[in-house]
Amino acid sequence: MAFLQGTTKSQSGAKGDSLKKRSLTPYLLIAPGLIWLITFFVIPIFSLGSTSTMVRPQGAQIGTYVQELRFANYVDAFLANQEQYVRSFLYAGIATILALAISYPLAYMIAFRAGKYRNILLVLVVAPFFTSFLLRTVAWSQILGDEGPVLSTLRFLPFIDESLRLTATPFAVVSGLTYNFLPFMTLPLYASLERIDPRTLEASGDLYANGFITFRKVTVPLSMPGVVAGTLLTFIPAAGDYVNAALLGNPSTKMIGNVIESRFFAVVDYPTAAALSFTLMATILILVTLYIRKSGTDELV
Amino acid sequence: MSTQVIPKPSLSHRSSRWFSRNLIRIYAALAFIYLFIPVAYTFAFSFNDSGKSNLVWQGFTLDNWKNPCGAPQVCQSVANSLQIGFISTLVATVLGTMIAFAISRHDFKGRRTTNLLIFLPMATPEVVLGASLLAMFLNLRVNPGFWTIVIAHVMFCISFVVVTVKARVASLDPRLEQVAMDLYANERDTFRYVTLPLVMPGIAGAALLAFSLSFDDFIITNFNSGIESTFPKFVYVSAARGIPAQANVIGSAMFFIALIIVIVGQVVSRQRKK
Amino acid sequence: MANSKVLQDTGDLVLNRISKRYGDFCAVDDLTLTIPDGSFFALLGPSGCGKTTTLRMIAGLEEPSAGTISIGDTDITTQKPYRRNVNTVFQNYALFPHLSIFENIAFGLRRRGIKDVKSEVEKALDLVELAHLAERKPGQLSGGQQQRIAVARAIVNRPEVLLLDEPLGALDLKLRRQMQIELKRIQMEVGITFIHVTHDQEEAMTMADTIAVMNQGKIEQMGSATELYEAPKTAFVANFLGQCNLIKVRVQSRSGGKVVVSAKGHTFEIPESRVSSSNDSLLLGVRPEKLRLDGSGVNSIKECLVTDRSFVGTSTQYLVRTPWDLELVVFEQNDEGLHDLRLGDKVSLEWDSEHTFGLDGAQDVNAGADLDDDE
Repeated sequence: MAFLQGTTKSQSGAKGDSLKKRSLTPYLLIAPGLIWLITFFVIPIFSLGSTSTMVRPQGAQIGTYVQELRFANYVDAFLANQEQYVRSFLYAGIATILALAISYPLAYMIAFRAGKYRNILLVLVVAPFFTSFLLRTVAWSQILGDEGPVLSTLRFLPFIDESLRLTATPFAVVSGLTYNFLPFMTLPLYASLERIDPRTLEASGDLYANGFITFRKVTVPLSMPGVVAGTLLTFIPAAGDYVNAALLGNPSTKMIGNVIESRFFAVVDYPTAAALSFTLMATILILVTLYIRKSGTDELV
Repeated sequence: MSTQVIPKPSLSHRSSRWFSRNLIRIYAALAFIYLFIPVAYTFAFSFNDSGKSNLVWQGFTLDNWKNPCGAPQVCQSVANSLQIGFISTLVATVLGTMIAFAISRHDFKGRRTTNLLIFLPMATPEVVLGASLLAMFLNLRVNPGFWTIVIAHVMFCISFVVVTVKARVASLDPRLEQVAMDLYANERDTFRYVTLPLVMPGIAGAALLAFSLSFDDFIITNFNSGIESTFPKFVYVSAARGIPAQANVIGSAMFFIALIIVIVGQVVSRQRKK
Repeated sequence: MANSKVLQDTGDLVLNRISKRYGDFCAVDDLTLTIPDGSFFALLGPSGCGKTTTLRMIAGLEEPSAGTISIGDTDITTQKPYRRNVNTVFQNYALFPHLSIFENIAFGLRRRGIKDVKSEVEKALDLVELAHLAERKPGQLSGGQQQRIAVARAIVNRPEVLLLDEPLGALDLKLRRQMQIELKRIQMEVGITFIHVTHDQEEAMTMADTIAVMNQGKIEQMGSATELYEAPKTAFVANFLGQCNLIKVRVQSRSGGKVVVSAKGHTFEIPESRVSSSNDSLLLGVRPEKLRLDGSGVNSIKECLVTDRSFVGTSTQYLVRTPWDLELVVFEQNDEGLHDLRLGDKVSLEWDSEHTFGLDGAQDVNAGADLDDDE
């Protein structure tokens, strides 16, 4: 294949770089993939942008819109759905923190205490993923449901109110989000913890730090890249999710994803759905950029 | 432990010491139970003699496993998902691997932009990816269906393939290729006999990841599928009236098949290293 | 394919005025070198001296910024690595992890389109005495075994020149000794030119017929191990190969084959043939084992003070301070004539003039010292 050509012509770089060379080859290699991404990711984003400022002409058929550059669509869409908007970020934020709290000890255990079982445990972390995401969510809704095993057991307890419900509550939605994105948190955490040389921890102990101080001053800072990657990988999909809210929630736990979906399919109000999507994406990108800057980890890309 | 000096600790003291030393293991065990509850539930209810509603346990049966296509549309949706999964995986793996090689082996103008373009789809919520693609299809008056799903899946899988393969190429010792050249292998032979076999596990892993992402995707699919059904979509739609036990059979089977593939892959790669 | 180009009439390897620059940094600076066919040649120098770059240019993995490389009458300067009949044993071996030992060795033969590789591979495995490992994977071999397989993988192609890039660097001391002897045996058996790059002066002296000492992209001096050790031409060579005492002196007279020099009121003699500079300011060099701890002949320094003493088995090493506060190293064999000196003892030093050499006095006395083990 062509991309090794010209190996010996390299004039730049040190030892390992002799395979890098300026030529046409890389462009031929990236072209098909990039064209795909531009056509089906970049252009659609612009298409979404253009849809977001459209207006339905008076008396026109449902689903027919014309471009009038009406940026007020954004204001209208935001004001009408503030509640869901705020709720999305709130739920996603809580779910991310919970996932971090559950995953960190788990990843720590696999990285430092699992010995020869390390690989098996890693497979076990990913394994629940192999059952469909939706099936697992449905399973939770049935486990926590009014007829489910958890509530029927709880009802035997004297201090439990008969009318207690677990599904159709914010609790259920946040639990579902936490559960579904847990491996996205655990795996990056594990990857960065595993890279820590255990001797640095021993050195810390040798230098008069107790277990807790070692953890706080050595382990945590060294695992920061994993924390950043894990929180992003959890927060981003959680903020845009609507499956958990739809299957585990009720109308008052709707997230922005649910609104976008229903605007598209139930209401056929494309401009509002587009404006909401655009706002969501922009907010997330800004948050992510600020977060990456603040945590000083640029190596994520 | 120097038990001669210290008086023998009381039983409660000893058990609390055992507890604090193994706290993290106990915690991990609880976390794993939590992870597996819905999987176990799904598996258990695949044996439910459910009739119409699979909400309450009604007795053990193997019928659902003997006849997984018993419920209407289950198998059609699975077949669709498998087809979409295979095509998307193939295309995304080829395109992504090419980009991964370009990025890690070549210094070219626009490399940063390419990296950014690879990163962005992963940082964009699925609902936005799905909605924007649908907005474009609607503007172009394209009716969503099988092929629009494939297009969407390839789009979001490429980035994951690039990241996975890139990591493998980066961990490759560049001297191995130099050795090959030193031993009379020209560029093509070097790629064929050294580079490709060494990067292959990464490519296989990327393909597996792409397939599972595609097979499991619901949100983007739901936006761009029109009336076409996929397995996750089938589950979502039937969730309201209770999904049939056959869906649990499919989900459990997928779980075990994937588990076997991963375990076999690990065993093979361990033997290769020896 | 390359095998059509395999030449049986080999010749000397000639580097003619080659340079290699990376931006402003000059790794190899106008280097000219002839390596005779069939010799065991060592390129010796501290890390960063340009020796590995030189090797990679011979292998074809780097292209010189200027100059030419040829073997016999063939110019190979711009030839691709897979077209030249030169093979390399890489640092840390770089065996193909996905191929068996047999396939690792057969790799070059197969690429050259040779169909029947079995007998050649077996011969190469016999040469390194590892025939029983043919079906193993590299990961199952010890460091020493991998090293020998790397040699077999290169040698099986019967190259005109075999390049060895710090081949023993990853082995422990005992194994390194054993492999040095092994490599010498292999070189004598196959008779091809070996070019051995190393920063270990002892390794170079043990193995090579000819050593070129490199420093900052240039060759400081070239010759046999004995020549380089007994008659170094620069302070760098004197310090880099073994240890050396260098004393700043001024020339008093040059006559009758003798150069008389003086330092702080002491006069010494150096045979004129062993003085490599016509400068009036010289460095008088004498190796530690050539110094005697008593006596009062022509070349002697009285009233010296023992400041340190360490026992190293075969010898005892002393640090002795001259009246003008220069510290000299003295090795004394641990045999009958042993002086059991203590710290603070007074002693006079003496040596024979034929054991001294005179270097240009404008050099740094410490050039090349403490450099050899920084990798």
